[in-house]
Amino acid sequence: MNREEASSYYRSMLLIRRFEERCAQLYVEGKIGGFLHLYIGQEAVGVAAMSLLRPDDYFVTSYRDHGYALARGTDPRPLLAELCGKITGISRGKGGSMHFYDVPLGNFGGDGIVGGHLPVAAGMGYGIRLRGTDQVALCFFGDGAVNEGAFHESLNVSALWDLPVVYIIENNRYGMGTSLDRASSVKDLYQRGSAYGIPRRDVNGMDLIAVRTALGEAIALARRDKRPTLIEAETYRYRGHSMSDPGKYRTKEEVEEMMRFDPIHLFGKRLMEQERFTQADLDAADKEVTARVDEAVRFTEESGFPPLETLYEDVYVRSPYMNMKAAEKDPAWRAAVREDRVPETFPASAPAKVGG
Amino acid sequence: MALLTMREALNQAMREEMRRDPNVFILGEEVGAYQGAYKVTQGLLAEFGEWRVRDTPIAEEAIAGVAVGAAFIGLRPIAEMMTFNFSILALDMIVNHAAKYRYMSGGQIRCPMVMRGPSGAAAQVAAQHSQAFESWYVHIPGLVVVMPSTPKDAKGLLKSAIRDDNPVIFMENEVLYNFKGEVPDEEYHIPLGLADVKRTGKDVTIVAWSRSVTTALAAADILAKDGIEAEVVDPRTLRPLDEDLIFESVGKTNRCVVVEEGWRYAGFGAEIADRVQRECFDALDAPVLRVTAADVPMPYAKTLEKAYLPQPEKVVEAVHKVLYR
Repeated sequence: MNREEASSYYRSMLLIRRFEERCAQLYVEGKIGGFLHLYIGQEAVGVAAMSLLRPDDYFVTSYRDHGYALARGTDPRPLLAELCGKITGISRGKGGSMHFYDVPLGNFGGDGIVGGHLPVAAGMGYGIRLRGTDQVALCFFGDGAVNEGAFHESLNVSALWDLPVVYIIENNRYGMGTSLDRASSVKDLYQRGSAYGIPRRDVNGMDLIAVRTALGEAIALARRDKRPTLIEAETYRYRGHSMSDPGKYRTKEEVEEMMRFDPIHLFGKRLMEQERFTQADLDAADKEVTARVDEAVRFTEESGFPPLETLYEDVYVRSPYMNMKAAEKDPAWRAAVREDRVPETFPASAPAKVGG
Repeated sequence: MALLTMREALNQAMREEMRRDPNVFILGEEVGAYQGAYKVTQGLLAEFGEWRVRDTPIAEEAIAGVAVGAAFIGLRPIAEMMTFNFSILALDMIVNHAAKYRYMSGGQIRCPMVMRGPSGAAAQVAAQHSQAFESWYVHIPGLVVVMPSTPKDAKGLLKSAIRDDNPVIFMENEVLYNFKGEVPDEEYHIPLGLADVKRTGKDVTIVAWSRSVTTALAAADILAKDGIEAEVVDPRTLRPLDEDLIFESVGKTNRCVVVEEGWRYAGFGAEIADRVQRECFDALDAPVLRVTAADVPMPYAKTLEKAYLPQPEKVVEAVHKVLYR
């Protein structure tokens, strides 16, 4: 990690923090609707992971998905616009908070079904093997997902067929309001990997460097030896499961205690102690990312809601193998196009450094 | 023309498409070494190897999910369900993933996969192994649902399904696997969403798909002896529905009976009846009638099984009703 990389990781974590703090405000103001699951407290995991990915790698995530997209370098503007249901949103206002995708960056992102993307990750691993490339697929999910059948089915086939998939449990101790103690027979979740005979380990998810080390080894193993790994990153979310969660299942003291291990604070301290950063450097980084969030808010406010004719768009791919005369009686087929929509790029903005 | 079973026709379709496109692969329970639970994938492992003909554990959610993930990154998986009875264990992968990711991503993602296998009643395998699930899948925007009734249709439609860029639910029928029919020798495909008249007639329109086409044709034979000429229309693709051919036929016959192996309650036949009564209101001389399975789980005993399923006699009875005979 050189100084420039260290700086980019710090700014990336801080961007997620400031972005989501603004999201919480916009939610209270009624500008963001539906469910809003914040990643605040868990930033080190997403940033560490994205710093290790190659541009041609893939990843899928749970619905707590803002951090990965930002860390991967997606512009905050279409992301915030998506949260506010604007046509300039990354998913054209059709996905919202739980459904961030940025396919040119390998982000097949947000899945709203707990554990639902785990078999999909195995499928990406399978596709990579079939094509014979050395890409990898990362799969992020919470501690709640390990109790789903999809977890078992996915890990079993990834181990059985030697698929280059890295499974990352972000153990934030609660599946919605149910603590891990009340949900899992085994408390050390990484040990579940033993059922599939795959490499497994836990890591302090509040420590970016530790996560980078653990994930770096897992990604290398996947890339080189086509072996899956199960990583448990022990982390904590400061906010509720979603914005509607008052958090009565845990004490204020517990939350305050965990906030002492804040990943951004810890990493900033490290930068000052070991990398000759000054408080002024960190303040400048904060100013920079806050400006980007401000710009995203401005962009979102200037953007319109999706025109009603977009309602039927993006359901089907127009097909030469379809009798379109019949199909086009259905407005979703009438609106179907042959191409995929590539998210708009915003050249005026400098994307966050991916690093690594 | 060659005389092939539906099983052979389906096998040819997959073999030809796998030779044509290296992105096509098959996965499912017993598709490889066992040569297919119903021998539809016979010989494919030997030709294409284990990465393209992948035996899986008994894990339907993984089968469908692996297909979805591979399709997202540009492959063309064919996920075989040993039967569609087990596909409901994979429903989340199809309903929430295959069908929705294009929409949720604002058009960034496509899912060019086929999920295929036998659906409908088999012989005396009772309630959990004899179910018609087309009405579940046609309900989902984002899916294409195909149900062929002849070997020629099966091959031509499966080739289109594999080449198409949308998720296609391709429902075969165990009882039909051994049925023989003429299949063109030359390369061909049949467009999705194109209905077909399986028998022409002027007195009544019978709409049926998959194995029910056989039932409808048997009924038409019985009716013909009585001087009633039934027209049998096979939509072949249920979503999207080529409704014009049905409307044209009803415009000519003024009467319509729908035959389906599924349950009556919210069955796909109700969708057809709804469209026909709206679009052909002036042409209709009688209400649209439906011949369906009994609204109970499938029983085991032969006598009850027969009573449960639509039979040619029940179709004849319904036709007599719409003709006020």
